[in-house]
Amino acid sequence: MMTNHGNRITQGQFSFLPDLTDAQITAQIEYALKNNFAISVEYTDDPHPRNTYWEMFGMPMFDLKDAAGIMMEINNCRKTFPGYYIRVTAFNSVRGVESPAMSYIVNRPKNEPGFMLQRTEIRGRQVQYTTRAYVTDKPAGERYHET
Amino acid sequence: MNELSGKERYKSGVIPYKQMGYWDADYVPKDTDVIALFRITPQPGVDHEEAAAAVAGESSTATWTVVWTDRLTACELYRAKAYRSELVPNTGPGTKTEAQYFAYIAYDMDLFEPGSIANLTASIIGNVFGFKAVKALRLEDMRIPVAYLKTFQGPATGVIVERERLDKFGRPLLGATTKPKLGLSGRNYGRVVYEALKGGLDFVKDDENINSQPFMHWRDRFLYCMEGVNKAQAETGEVKGHYLNVTAGTMEEMYERAEFAKELGSVIIMIDLVIGYTAIQSMAKWARKNDMILHLHRAGNSTYSRQKNHGMNFRVICKWMRMAGVDHIHAGTVVGKLEGDPLMIRGFYDTLLDTHTEQKLEQGLFFEQDWASLNKVMPVASGGIHAGQMHQLVHYLGEDVVLQFGGGTIGHPMGIQAGAIANRVALETMIMARNEGRDYMREGPQILEDAAKWCSPLKAALETWKDITFNYDSTDTADFVPVATPAI
Repeated sequence: MMTNHGNRITQGQFSFLPDLTDAQITAQIEYALKNNFAISVEYTDDPHPRNTYWEMFGMPMFDLKDAAGIMMEINNCRKTFPGYYIRVTAFNSVRGVESPAMSYIVNRPKNEPGFMLQRTEIRGRQVQYTTRAYVTDKPAGERYHET
Repeated sequence: MNELSGKERYKSGVIPYKQMGYWDADYVPKDTDVIALFRITPQPGVDHEEAAAAVAGESSTATWTVVWTDRLTACELYRAKAYRSELVPNTGPGTKTEAQYFAYIAYDMDLFEPGSIANLTASIIGNVFGFKAVKALRLEDMRIPVAYLKTFQGPATGVIVERERLDKFGRPLLGATTKPKLGLSGRNYGRVVYEALKGGLDFVKDDENINSQPFMHWRDRFLYCMEGVNKAQAETGEVKGHYLNVTAGTMEEMYERAEFAKELGSVIIMIDLVIGYTAIQSMAKWARKNDMILHLHRAGNSTYSRQKNHGMNFRVICKWMRMAGVDHIHAGTVVGKLEGDPLMIRGFYDTLLDTHTEQKLEQGLFFEQDWASLNKVMPVASGGIHAGQMHQLVHYLGEDVVLQFGGGTIGHPMGIQAGAIANRVALETMIMARNEGRDYMREGPQILEDAAKWCSPLKAALETWKDITFNYDSTDTADFVPVATPAI
């Protein structure tokens, strides 16, 4: 694997590994629970790297301490939004962190067309760059053709 | 020997520092005192408490002879107090090392200008190191009171906000320094940056002496690097960065370079330690104002930090740099090509990352230190590390670190992208294994072999560097070993 075949976006902790199996995801959930992280499932069809706020599939599960239950929520999300990017984010509320401690993708659209690099020549030799996702030319909900 | 007072004390002439008031074994340091710990090697015949008092005196108010003008001041307050001096373990008669003493000295906070590392350092190290009566002197550690810490900005960005800006959580960050160190043209330099970022690293960086030379002017480097960064971002969908080195001959030129980096949209810039403490603080202030991550290369510190008997321990630099406000600092790799004992490096990393550090003598942490909510500095591990060591790197250095593989990416037999892929796959595999609860330190080589079965770049990396280790005795090691507590 010399280049990123298929333009997989490599966001999240484990994007360079083969797609995680449910068993692997469960193990990561257990690690988060052991560390008292609150787990949240999020989805989006806007893959831009600066898109911070993916849609929340329910609130962060502060009180759910059961890995199987959380895995069920993930599968619910996959069933509801099959063609979307879905990620699991784990929040650490300890003083000095108070921020995500984990974040990894658990679902991808079948086809990831990737991004265009828009170059706008401005002053002197300078180029102004914009990363533009091909799919966001279409409105939300119509970007990845999958049911 | 007792402290003198009144007419006795201020009669013209020379009296021992202990009698001048710089030694006080009964002194209890205030919470607001700055405390310094020195390792003193007195000249033969010099009493160690007198040597400690001399260091205290000459780093606060004293000079070599009595002066009447002391009496115009609240001199007892301004005198630093050496309150403890004890023999360093494994030194002195019967050992291979001449006697050294740990001297604890307390300074009233009013001796220091608020928010000035230049003043703090001028006070503590500006005078005493040349002293004839002291054969060798090392500043080992300092305790900075919360009241004084609060006068400093601290890291412009900090570990947490850096991760939020990059949107990268739960794993070390990956970087590389462009190689060769010197000589590439701007265009060729940008190629290295693009290849490494495209392959999977988060950052590439300039080396400490890449500033603006005849082979590559700084503006050309900045323009080509940002082309590489943006192209890689679009190819991968990840936020990428290149630490643009803004070190220059004058402050004005540094600001000019930093402004250009900002204009070009870089997320991060870098500076070298050799620009000086004042320049570093100014750049930290600028970085916060301009939403820029500030990386510090610790260029030159090994001139004074390696020998146990003389100089300044690197952990003091870590403290000062966290106060001054850098976001990254090179702090050691343990297993790479540069000096670093595991316990000492753990001490450096804890100093940078803790919200509150406990005393841990075996790591060289002599004082409890409350960090008063100053942001955390991201330690950077750089120098002779490769993918085959990933289990050791994660074990010794943890998750909040930038692992930089310059040669280990660019020297890969299948090319730079392959080098980056190998490092990224090795890292993600190891983090996954760690989270799963595996004994990844012991199983590390097997974990890497298993990943190498489906990742040919990793396979090639492991083959190329499998025999590389850097096994030399460390020049700077702990003075204390952990003592087993007896069961009661």
